[in-house]
This record gives sequence, structure tokens and C-alpha cells, in this order.
Amino acid sequence: MADLVIEREVVIEAPAEVVWRTITEPDQMSQWFADRVELVIEPGAHGYMGFGDQGGPVVVETVDPPTRLSFRWNFPRDEEPVAGNSMLVEFTLTPEGDERTRLRVSERGHELRDWPDAEKQRYADEHQEGWGEYLDRLAEVLAKGQPG
Amino acid sequence: MTAQADDELWSAVADPSRRRVLDLLVSNGEVSASWLAGRVPFSRQAVSKHLVVLEQAGLISRRKQGREVLYHVEADRLDQAAQALAELAAQWDRRLATIKRLAETAHAEAAHAAAAHAEAKKGKES
Repeated sequence: MADLVIEREVVIEAPAEVVWRTITEPDQMSQWFADRVELVIEPGAHGYMGFGDQGGPVVVETVDPPTRLSFRWNFPRDEEPVAGNSMLVEFTLTPEGDERTRLRVSERGHELRDWPDAEKQRYADEHQEGWGEYLDRLAEVLAKGQPG
Repeated sequence: MTAQADDELWSAVADPSRRRVLDLLVSNGEVSASWLAGRVPFSRQAVSKHLVVLEQAGLISRRKQGREVLYHVEADRLDQAAQALAELAAQWDRRLATIKRLAETAHAEAAHAAAAHAEAKKGKES
């Protein structure tokens, strides 16, 4: 189970192939994403994204043109990104007719590890909400005053 | 909030086990590590590690009462976390809006060029 952090979407008046090029070609990526994009869109490719004087490594995971692209980032510098130590960003393109595409992006956090299956299921049932709802709810509970 | 503080915050809340600990602290007020350990599916040692990470991220604080150490949630820091998350969502919205603009412009230009090409071809043929 991956822990959903954020999910957003937009409807674009262009075919999926055009949207795909926009999200995968480095000169396009540098216009909407990072200032500096050093990345080849191939499964397993290691790259770098720079934001001003900050930045970090990126590893491409799934490349399925023109419908799916995913990569991992925000992992410790000296480690390979895996399910437990990184954030997974996934783009899904859904054609709606010839001239329109629904583009969805999700960013997921650390998956559950080392838990018994029954516990994982229980946790998943209890935490259908995303991070936004989770934090809002906690903040709300706290605003009402701490019990005890 | 600095970028580094953000990182600490995210990795603190990103782990579901730590969220479970945080949940218990939010709904039960001040409790001890051994009380928490009795209510989670992981070891006492794991609980202690999670408490250290949460404390470093500023999300919880500890207080000594007699021989016991009690933990509680820092509400202000949690509010900051909620705001940081809202900002992350807004950042993706801005990126998607830019992708939309780029793709739609590219598509319109390509369509325009194709139409001009067809027109020129038609003119040549007649």
C-alpha cells in the first residue's frame, strides 16, 4: 500500500501525445518543473533536478507513452530510491476524445513495511484519507483542546 | 519554514507507523512510550525511535513527571505541517496549469501550421 500524499488533475485541450511530449522532453520540463533538468526518460534512468541553488537526484520508474510516467525523488543522497525511502510521483494521461486529455498527478509517500498483513489492512481501512485531510483533522482535534 | 525543516517534517509524517503514534498522541493527550507500545503493532524500541524522529521534527515534546516521561503533540507545528502540505498541492496546481498552457499552445501551433500547409498545397494544385 502506498500512502497518498497529493492527487491533482487538469483537463487539457490537446491530444495525449502532445501532453506526453510536454511532460517528458527536457526543454519542456525545464519550463514547468525544475530550472535545471538532466534526465533521460527511460525506465531506471538516474537524473537530476535543480531548483535554484537546491536540487536532488531523480530516478525514472515507469515509462509507458503516452499514458503513464513515474519517477522517485526525495530520497537520501547515498541510497538507491526504493518504496520505503522516497516519494513516488506518477503522471497518468487519459485521452477524452481526439483533442482532449485528462492529466492526473499523484505524489505518494512511504509504504508500510514490516507490518503483519492484517494490521496493514486495518491501517489502510482507517486511513483512506490523504495527507491534507489527515493533517487538517489532527489540527482540528488539537484546536478543540487536548483531552486528558 | 526552511527547506531543511520541511524535509524533516515530511519524513517524520511520511512514515505510517509514526502517523499511528501521532494519532494516538492527538487522541489521548499526554502519554508514555510504554503506554504507546501497548497499542501499536510494532516493538517498544520502534516506538522510541519514532518518538525521537517526531520530536526532532518539532511535532511532539516530552515532559518528565516523576519517574515517567510523557509525550504530547505540538499543535502549532502541526498547523505549519498542514499549511506546508497545502502549499505542496498549490505547487502541483501551478505546474499542471503550466503544462496545460504549453501543451495547448503547441497543439494550436501544430494545427495552424498543418492548416497553412494544406492551404498552400491547395493553392499550388489549382
